[in-house]
Amino acid sequence: MTLAAVIPDWTSPNQERARKLLDAYPERRSAVMPLLYLAQLEHGHLTDSGMTQVAELTGLTPAQVQAVASFYTMYKRDHVGKYLISVCTSISCFLMGSDEVLTAVEEESDALDGTTSADGTFSVEHVECIGACGGAPAVQVNYELIEGVTPEKGKALCQWLRDAAPEVVLTDEMQELFGGVRSFDWGSKEAEGAVAPVPAFGPYGSAKREGRS
Amino acid sequence: MSFPLILTQRMIDHPADSHLIDVYEGAGGYDVMRKVLSGMTPEQVVAEVKSANIQGRGGAAFPAGIKWGFLAPAEPRYLVVNGDESEPGTFKDRQLLERDPHQLIEGVIISSFALGVNHAFIYIRGEYPKPARRVQQAVEAAYAKGHLGHNIMGSGFDLDVTVHLGGGAYICGEETALLNSLEGLRGEPRLKPPFPAVEGLYAKPTIVNNVETISNIPWIIDNGGEAFAAIGDENSVGTRLFSLSGHLKKPGNVEVPMGLTWRELIYDIGGGIRDDRELKTWVPGGASAPWFVPEHHLDVKVTKDDVAHAGSMLGSGAVIVMDETTNVVAAAHRIVKFFAHESCGQCTPCREGTTWLENILWRLLNGAGRQSDIELLLDICDNISPGLAWPPKMTTICPLGPSAVSPITSIMTHFRDEVQAMVDLAAEPASA
Ligand SMILES: Cc1cc2nc3c(=O)[nH]c(=O)nc-3n(C[C@H](O)[C@H](O)[C@H](O)COP(=O)(O)O)c2cc1C
Ligand code: FES
Repeated sequence: MTLAAVIPDWTSPNQERARKLLDAYPERRSAVMPLLYLAQLEHGHLTDSGMTQVAELTGLTPAQVQAVASFYTMYKRDHVGKYLISVCTSISCFLMGSDEVLTAVEEESDALDGTTSADGTFSVEHVECIGACGGAPAVQVNYELIEGVTPEKGKALCQWLRDAAPEVVLTDEMQELFGGVRSFDWGSKEAEGAVAPVPAFGPYGSAKREGRS
Repeated sequence: MSFPLILTQRMIDHPADSHLIDVYEGAGGYDVMRKVLSGMTPEQVVAEVKSANIQGRGGAAFPAGIKWGFLAPAEPRYLVVNGDESEPGTFKDRQLLERDPHQLIEGVIISSFALGVNHAFIYIRGEYPKPARRVQQAVEAAYAKGHLGHNIMGSGFDLDVTVHLGGGAYICGEETALLNSLEGLRGEPRLKPPFPAVEGLYAKPTIVNNVETISNIPWIIDNGGEAFAAIGDENSVGTRLFSLSGHLKKPGNVEVPMGLTWRELIYDIGGGIRDDRELKTWVPGGASAPWFVPEHHLDVKVTKDDVAHAGSMLGSGAVIVMDETTNVVAAAHRIVKFFAHESCGQCTPCREGTTWLENILWRLLNGAGRQSDIELLLDICDNISPGLAWPPKMTTICPLGPSAVSPITSIMTHFRDEVQAMVDLAAEPASA
């Protein structure tokens, strides 16, 4: 069966990405993780049919693919809001007041930790260390990072996401608006960001914001 | 003290765009690759890395040259760069990936040539999309220049590089779990032996090295192993990128030579404690490491052996500082909670033990502790890590379980009165 016949419902850029991913590894099965991200991007979250498609692409059984998907926290098997807000509550962020940031975000987003807001705009989760401890407390929106977030800035971030409703979230833009101390100098700004709660990485899907360079 | 900034000089010289290939090449980048591919044998490269005596920067501090020497002759062989960086407190590899991806790629090319590898993988944690974008763009730029791909610089050497994103699981930083993950399996650690150098990715000989370890390779080959070995302290050489976090005036990554004292690192480099408060305790090497306290450890040297003799480890280079206002039981609970969440579940002492430890600390924190809880905590710790020895005796496939014991033995050793006070608080009858 051709690749397109296995994933007829995927966009053609994502079909092309899938083809490249299958070629990037000595063995097809190694593409299971990136393909799961693509399936999640296609369907909003990881559906049973998405996992079955990935199984066919990689030569695994659907049960094997499910076993992989359930092992990792970033594969979401339930509906996720448009913006997934991840608040780090690990040790360094905890020491710098992350629990108050989480509470502020829960209040403003109308989504308690581990849930999605009724209007589907936000999902909120507390997460373990996201490698931004020098800029604690740290928050991610669709995995795009903001360092040095206060409870007030956390609230303002939620308001901004609701009102401005950016299609592509950019780490540099959010850092400028809602961030503070950073773990290190970030250097020049990036125009590429996330369009969904899936890590925005070229081979799996990311997008550029028009008019930014 | 004068020392070269091996890893971070280019970022300082080019604060905006050290990640671009033109900037990298303009500063002499990829010259070492040219030197290696046009005039050195793989054996000569390995010999330099051996004489550099560089200890791996991922956590275990195993000498890279010795590990390379274990690589079995079977083919194909693989190089896997470990960029899973998930040990709480650690954010150094993120900077190396984001700000100087070509330094890493040049290191990958030189290392692959030395090891007879034609396909290398860079495994980056899933929560690092920006570092992954930067590395992917750098890989594509290197292909476009002919630094990667077929017959690099006409040398006959071929190398492909694949960038792989993780899925949000700390355990995938453990090298055999990482290999399983890369093979499309659940990220569960394998029993060792066989070691990856003999049976690694797809059961083929594989070298797994940390991002920082490989990022040092271009400098080492450029300047010679002996020059590297001359930096720092005799038992831990070179510079190291430390991640400073917590209650410091100047948190962030710093590149310093090995062999400073903790006092220098915390007060001179880290700027001291915020609001000039007192230092209470610090975690010297990532969440897995037993804690240090100012009464005993400020003048201990920051080297592998000195820290080991004092009962802890440099681990991932993450220094987490806590001031006098810190509730150490709450801090220990936070770290234990991490390990309970990240246990892969294969081994009973780890899966069950870490969950129990977290639950008991939680009830202590919430005023529901029992007088027997201190003994119970220590008993569970002993089940995971018999004798509570350092380094731990293992009852599990990997060291994740024993890592959860470190914060508990630390508070019991240094702050037992505070733990007892929490228990006593709970034991007082509620006033009417
Ligand atoms: C639970 C656990 C987590 C680990 N996480 C990482 C990690 O995130 N990054 C890393 O480089 N090494 C990590 N390691 C160490 C690796 O197993 C391995 O020793 C290292 O990648 C080898 O590289 P090096 O010799 O260059 O340090 C971890 C080990 C354990 C037991
Ligand atoms: S502890 Fe929050 S980013 Fe590391």
